[in-house]
Amino acid sequence: MGIRHSKPGPLAPVIYLTKLDRLFEWGRKNSNWPLPWGLACCAIEMMATFASRYDLDRFGVLGGFPSPRQSDTIIVAGTVTKKMAPVIKRLYEQMPEPKYVIAMGNCAVSGGIYYYDSYSVVKGVDKIIPVDIYIPGCPPRPEALIDAFLKLRQKIESEGR
Amino acid sequence: MIKRLIGIKPEDLKMTLEHLKNEGFIYLSFITAVDKLKSFELYYRLVNPESGECAVVKTEIDREEPGIDSVTDLFKGANWHEREIYDLFGIKFKGHPELRRILLYDGFEGHPLRKDWSSPDVEKRPGDFV
Repeated sequence: MGIRHSKPGPLAPVIYLTKLDRLFEWGRKNSNWPLPWGLACCAIEMMATFASRYDLDRFGVLGGFPSPRQSDTIIVAGTVTKKMAPVIKRLYEQMPEPKYVIAMGNCAVSGGIYYYDSYSVVKGVDKIIPVDIYIPGCPPRPEALIDAFLKLRQKIESEGR
Repeated sequence: MIKRLIGIKPEDLKMTLEHLKNEGFIYLSFITAVDKLKSFELYYRLVNPESGECAVVKTEIDREEPGIDSVTDLFKGANWHEREIYDLFGIKFKGHPELRRILLYDGFEGHPLRKDWSSPDVEKRPGDFV
């Protein structure tokens, strides 16, 4: 964003010159509303990330208000079963554009330990919805989820360029 | 702490459980099934909360057209256990109020914990991984 000062001084009016898209991106990246899908043990790490010790609120990420109509990002934390897959897809479709998906943990990335010999597990959430950020780990540490959100910020920021 | 392991014929199951219930084994801990390739084995674990004793009742049923009496009228908690066994093994419980799948989705083909069950969707682990 370009900044132009009309005249010097501490209380001088400031004019921002930018594209409206860039302004929206700026707002979007600094205020992310995730739709948490706590499907297995990764949910515990996700809750820890939302809680006081790691505190995703510092990055403008709201935790613990799962509402698809208001969300920007899905966090798929855990094993996606074939029974749960249609529900995830449906709630993904209910979210307004633009929307992003974080696949948290090995199960959501590829099926993880359930890749072989499993009759009930989807081999990666990217089989049903498009994924932006993959976090490997079983489960990933809260720092990894924070890193994913920082990567997502970079992605949102670079979209209109 | 198994105090008693009772092996019985399937037609005597309900009578045995009723007798044990009257003796104080009023809590049904679990029901589970084992695929023995030639037959199915069913295990019912009962607990006497007064004395802390438990009893396991075992019965063996035919693998072709497997079926046994439901015990939901004796133990309410048997409802979901029996549905799970029906879901994964395909054992029909006669007299169950609502015998349908509980864990898998409707439209799933077959009963996956049977030893002879297989599906093209299931990827086998390569190599001898036992």
